[in-house]
Amino acid sequence: MVLSVERLSKAYGGVQAVRDVSFSVAAGEMVAIIGPNGAGKTTCFNMLNGQLSPDSGDIRLGGSSIAGVPPHRIWRLGVGRTFQVTATFGSMSVRENVQTALRSFYRENFSFGRAAGARYVEEADALLERVGMRDQGERACAVLAYGDLKRVELAVALANRPRLLLMDEPTAGMAPEERGALMQLVVDLARRERLAVLFTEHDMSMVFGYASRVIVLHQGEVIAEGLPEAIRNDARVREVYLGDA
Amino acid sequence: MLACARSTLATLEVKQLSAGYERARVLFNISLEARAGEAVALLGPNGAGKSTTLKAIMGLVSPTSGDIVFNGRALRGLEPYEIARLGLGYVPEDRRIFTDLTVAENIEVARQAPRAGASTWNEERLFKLFPALAALRDRRGGRMSGGEQQMLCIARTLAGNPSAVLLDEPSEGLAPLVVEQMARAILEIKRARVTIVLAEQSRHFAGRVADRTYVLDKGVIRSA
Amino acid sequence: MSGSALLLQFLNGLAGASSLFLIAAGLSLIFGVSRIVNFAHGSLFMLGMYVCVWLAPKVGYWASVPLAAMLVALCGALIEVGLLRRIYKAPELLQLLATFALVLVIKDFALWAWGPEDLLGPRAPGLTGAVPIAGRQFPQYDLFLIAIGPAFFVLLHLLLTRTRFGILVRAATEDREMASALGVNQRGLFTAVFALGAALAGIGGALAIPREPANLEIDLAVVSDAFVVVVVGGMGSIPGAFLAALLIAEIKAFCIGLGYSELTLVAEFIVMAVVLIARPWGLLGRPIAELRGRDQADFRLAATKPMLAMLAVLALVPIATSGYALVLLTDVLVFVIFAVSLHLLLGPAGMVSFGHAAYFGLGAYGAGLLVLRYEAPMELALLAAPLLALTGAAVFGWLCVRLSGIYLAMLTLALAQIVWSVVYQWDSVTGGSNGLVGIWPAEWLASRPAYYFLALVVCALSVGALWRIVGSPFGQALRACRDSPLRSEAIGINVRAQQWAAFAIAGTFAGVAGSLYAFSKGSISPETLSVPRSVDALVMVLLGGVQTLVGPVLGAALFTWLEDSVSREVAYWRAGIGAVILLLVLALPYGIGGLLRKWSSR
Repeated sequence: MVLSVERLSKAYGGVQAVRDVSFSVAAGEMVAIIGPNGAGKTTCFNMLNGQLSPDSGDIRLGGSSIAGVPPHRIWRLGVGRTFQVTATFGSMSVRENVQTALRSFYRENFSFGRAAGARYVEEADALLERVGMRDQGERACAVLAYGDLKRVELAVALANRPRLLLMDEPTAGMAPEERGALMQLVVDLARRERLAVLFTEHDMSMVFGYASRVIVLHQGEVIAEGLPEAIRNDARVREVYLGDA
Repeated sequence: MLACARSTLATLEVKQLSAGYERARVLFNISLEARAGEAVALLGPNGAGKSTTLKAIMGLVSPTSGDIVFNGRALRGLEPYEIARLGLGYVPEDRRIFTDLTVAENIEVARQAPRAGASTWNEERLFKLFPALAALRDRRGGRMSGGEQQMLCIARTLAGNPSAVLLDEPSEGLAPLVVEQMARAILEIKRARVTIVLAEQSRHFAGRVADRTYVLDKGVIRSA
Repeated sequence: MSGSALLLQFLNGLAGASSLFLIAAGLSLIFGVSRIVNFAHGSLFMLGMYVCVWLAPKVGYWASVPLAAMLVALCGALIEVGLLRRIYKAPELLQLLATFALVLVIKDFALWAWGPEDLLGPRAPGLTGAVPIAGRQFPQYDLFLIAIGPAFFVLLHLLLTRTRFGILVRAATEDREMASALGVNQRGLFTAVFALGAALAGIGGALAIPREPANLEIDLAVVSDAFVVVVVGGMGSIPGAFLAALLIAEIKAFCIGLGYSELTLVAEFIVMAVVLIARPWGLLGRPIAELRGRDQADFRLAATKPMLAMLAVLALVPIATSGYALVLLTDVLVFVIFAVSLHLLLGPAGMVSFGHAAYFGLGAYGAGLLVLRYEAPMELALLAAPLLALTGAAVFGWLCVRLSGIYLAMLTLALAQIVWSVVYQWDSVTGGSNGLVGIWPAEWLASRPAYYFLALVVCALSVGALWRIVGSPFGQALRACRDSPLRSEAIGINVRAQQWAAFAIAGTFAGVAGSLYAFSKGSISPETLSVPRSVDALVMVLLGGVQTLVGPVLGAALFTWLEDSVSREVAYWRAGIGAVILLLVLALPYGIGGLLRKWSSR
């Protein structure tokens, strides 16, 4: 298992946001976490990448615990992440965004002597190639279409050659026709590079179309887990989340 | 005769509306309308653009194109407070109760003078609509349960004596019993001739209160 | 210390807390609804003092207090309508600068209207005596002040909880947008709140008159005290302001009572540090949603060649003249280093420092002390002095990077004010208000051209080094932290460490400028590290433009020249500079650099 989560719990503001959640993700697998708003998906995610410390329970990445480790260290252990609302460096070009991640990967954040611009250009372009953004490397992130920003984020998330990719609503805000293409890209990456992918998503066609396994959260607890088809027909899931739609 | 003419006239009309946040496009040429006294549901999954539609109507999100007309007035470009003072009420999805303020104070913030042609809601009538709130009059908003907050949020909006309200997923995250109360309250509001636009994920809930339904999917109206 | 002395100190502290509370409460209220930190709040306090002294002989002291409050409130309302309303959506930095410009304008107005001398006001009729407390005499008026604080706390509490106005203020403080969607028009509300806050400052000033004379220096002293109170108590929280005012005033009273008035500031600093580490949003505060407007992207003007050409021209200047122009140019070079070092924080790091002069001053005083007290050779002092600045920046930076946005800006100001006070009060070491004299360069550098060349070389090296740093992987990671802290952490950048290092580097180069400055002037005074000096640096950077490194170079040159010529020819030059800042904020938000880029891209 690349990622295994054991009895994870977190409360804040008197609300039990996540309660005793356990699951695991294997290499090459695409696992979706779904559930109504407030079910604890984002809290879960933020604990996995270190923005929040769990109250109890454990998160193990390839066997070693990462619970409570700050985000910048977790990244060094091989966890890439994309955000629900894209977080890119708005004052930089597309290539510079990826270069910044690469320089961080090669531990150059405190390097003063060299000029940053010329470093890892080819490697950055190779990453952009993988997400189909190579020809837009020179463009400023500020002028990019939203779907393209999501691709840039993906390239940035891949810069540390992650074992695990966390994607919080990867297709939110994208035009309908762009969504499938992005998910297909991720599926191919996961297969080709034996990447473990965990994502949340509200667009059920993306979940049932691309996930290899689905976990359903409701009021902070896992209420169902299984193959997409089984989840789609699960009575409890239909009741609290999918409805009859 | 007059009543009949009024009922066919759209109170709220949204024409070819597109909107989004910074570069994220959310709505693509949405058109919909609600007639006086009618309850219209905007049905769709999470992320379909329901909240954005309501926010754009309320002036909280700037549309990139399209028109919004309320009682004959164009709303685009108006400040949210100006829209609220025209008699359009808004109940946000995340409730946005003023947590430092008591129930009575929350209601006070939204109070407006009685409006000609619209129902008047004083505190007494609001507490009759939501009896649970009466006992919590001096409770701070931050110390209430989700269901109580939802009631307060609707009561607060009604305190402005609106002729129409936008309700963003009022049944979201509530226990089944509270959902039932909520449905009854909304029907009560509808009986008071307040026009209702309801964003909802649950077809069941929408079916109970709405006269008509629009299905919104990925920022596009699929069917009406 | 005996029990009775202890009691008396405690009472002294309570009296001090009252006026501190009045001013901090106003600051906090205004921030709560408008999200603007009103730098000019101390100036409104000062205005209250002067108006009171002016009116008291005409109408009597007690009548002058409410009149002062009303006049200051009116002034506040005018400021809100005429200026602040136009900049609510501007970046925080510009808002702070605009209110600082008001500080300058109001100061010169007071100078013009009431003259430069301290004005002693009347004592409060009916409260001129003293009461025996625990065997000692305690002034009646101080007892009255003790009651005033809680009285206003209760009044404000009633206003905020029992009136529709108060309820709307609290609603807007919590969620402006939702209040608007419920039909609350905020324009009137903002004006009223600003007037109310100004009235509180005015009352505070008028009530201070029986205890101290009206003077032109009180504005910044009061506002930085208020900043400390608000940072400790929590921005936007009135009970927090009350609690913090008590805490700070008591600490001050006891330090003075124990005979360690120098300790006051250190104690204040420690309290602030402890509070901020344990509760970053203050004792009773809560996190503030950042309202920062998206900044324009950075750009690099293709300026290497012009800069090198300029360097060559500058190297030839001593052939043409060895007169005053050389002195002025040396000043320019010093301030170019200073401004460019601040630019590292403002630009790539995105941190607003209102206390950069602290490091400039530490460099200057470090140089002075090494030469005068330790008789170090000048060359060594010039090199070693920036290390003092580095130490200061490392200590303060460690605290500052825990905060962001407005809190960070206020903290830098409060910390710089503490350094200033220490230097000002520590007579035996720093020479107090007289400063240090006789800091001369080594003989081979003593001539004007020689020192000019030294400044030119140091300036070129410093600007080059900072240029390099901005373009290095470190500088780019810093920019990344500014653009998106969230994403930066998610790609392995330790945001705090990165920003801390930036603080230390910027402080060191400011120290270089400071030590160069000390030897060029031969004497230094606490003014070297005062808040206005910090603001000078901000104006230089903004004048030039934050988005490019060429900006601060141009800005520093223009500003230094302007200040030199304006201050010699115009009596009220501070107001003039204030007016320039206001113009800049309202008309030229991207500085000269922005203008150049606009032209060059045509």
